[in-house]
Amino acid sequence: MALTIASREVDGITVLDLSGRITLGEGSVQLRDAIRGLIGKGTKNILLNLGKVDYIDSSGLGELVSAFTTAKNQQAEVKLLNLTKRVHDLLQLTKLYTVFDIKDDEASAIASFK
Amino acid sequence: MTLSSTMESVSQVEAAAGKLAAETGLDEDDCFHVTMAAREAAVNAVLHGNEYDPAKRVTASFENNGKELVITIADQGKGLDPESLPDPLAPENLLRGTGRGLFLIRSFMDEVRFRQLHPGTELRLVKHLNQSGAGSIKSLRNAFDAG
Repeated sequence: MALTIASREVDGITVLDLSGRITLGEGSVQLRDAIRGLIGKGTKNILLNLGKVDYIDSSGLGELVSAFTTAKNQQAEVKLLNLTKRVHDLLQLTKLYTVFDIKDDEASAIASFK
Repeated sequence: MTLSSTMESVSQVEAAAGKLAAETGLDEDDCFHVTMAAREAAVNAVLHGNEYDPAKRVTASFENNGKELVITIADQGKGLDPESLPDPLAPENLLRGTGRGLFLIRSFMDEVRFRQLHPGTELRLVKHLNQSGAGSIKSLRNAFDAG
């Protein structure tokens, strides 16, 4: 299933609800464009809800990292929410779990930006 | 199978690997690992090996010999020295946007072997099966250790 991205605002935080696969050729470019678009418009706080992302490949992991570094370079923040077991295990395996601020419930994730 | 250097070919390799893994009776996690490793190898062949060159081909084979699953993927590119690739787990490399594909392949498969074809590179991915022909020794060992 290709990646779908839905955007909403909660208490001034932009939440991107992702659904599908973040892979080379299917979702990585969409994610990249979404993040860069938001940061380009001056958005400072982005929460990626990955609860419906069932597959991410090494390119997808790279895009998450790029989102993190792009945001950081613009004094913005990208955090991750609701990792599925597979995505969680991949982030641990690649030590990216130490890079990201990862939350498992939306309320605390939103509060953590303040 | 002989395939073009496109993302469609990557999808075909992924599907074929997933089918083979499922037919072998691997558990869900092992099926996912095999499928993902095959996809990463195919992406490497298409993107890094053949650089999407329509004149170059990717070849892929899939075998279950009862003792192991063997997936072989080859490109016609310039060749690769896997030892020259940076360690994606090194602290200085954690924020790199690329470079994790081979690490994932090695993490998910029991054996990974490179062969230089001149031109091109062949990757042989092996998943060991247990005596009944299903499941990998690595996954069984992990399950035992977990209690």
